[in-house]
Amino acid sequence: MYRSLFPQDVFAEMDRLQRDMQQAFDLSPTIRGLARNGFPALNVGGTPKTIEIYAFAPGVDPKTLEVNLERGLLSIAGERKKSLPEADAKSAVHINERFQGRFRRAITLPDDADPEAVDAKLRDGLLHITVQRRASTQPRRIAIQ
Amino acid sequence: MNNVQNSTTASADTAQKKQQSRYSDAALTPPVDVIEDAGGITLYADLPGVSRDKLNLNVESDTLTIEAESDLVAPEGLTSQHTEVGLARFRRVFTLSKELDTEQVSAELALGVLTLRIPKAQHAQSRRIEVKVA
Repeated sequence: MYRSLFPQDVFAEMDRLQRDMQQAFDLSPTIRGLARNGFPALNVGGTPKTIEIYAFAPGVDPKTLEVNLERGLLSIAGERKKSLPEADAKSAVHINERFQGRFRRAITLPDDADPEAVDAKLRDGLLHITVQRRASTQPRRIAIQ
Repeated sequence: MNNVQNSTTASADTAQKKQQSRYSDAALTPPVDVIEDAGGITLYADLPGVSRDKLNLNVESDTLTIEAESDLVAPEGLTSQHTEVGLARFRRVFTLSKELDTEQVSAELALGVLTLRIPKAQHAQSRRIEVKVA
């Protein structure tokens, strides 16, 4: 009881508060979590004809980058090599903020996404995936005779 | 009909302009790694979507400024559904210490990662200090 009144770890408490705040703002978190601070960071948008996904994946070797689309689930996986040297007497790591290691992120595509028409481009560490929407679901004007 | 459409796009344009001016100074802080070894300091910074000509590095006396802009070209009529990277501009400032040789800074930008190498000045290279036992 006393422990709960006097939190031992101020940072853990701040972390909890921040999570609470985020949850309060994001009213409908998905099953895959709040997905903030994930790697790669994702921006998702859409036009009437396409779904556009931007994945910010700097420093990822294009050969290790894997983009899969399976049953409407688009997953981006890969590995980012570590830049930090092995700990030794000669070097010191002063700031370590960049992500390193393996990663995987997945997003559900809307029902009208066409799995046959996906285009992915990587430039300057920015992965741009364009998924076409099926033509049959495009809005169509019906001519009145 | 056309007129109505025009006026709505025009108002959207001005709204966008207003937003641009309001956030024109705002920038993201890119994550960095800083490693020091005997010869100098190596800095890695994540700058996704930044091409060489949009990167601006500046060393003034003992202040290092990294400024960059990502060239994200959104297709026309894009409506955003989920945004984790809300700005296209990066900025970060570091204070360098005086034993670093700011004349010899080398920089490399590959796959959206900036690698900066700042060597130590010749006279500041490490020297072992003898500890005398009294």
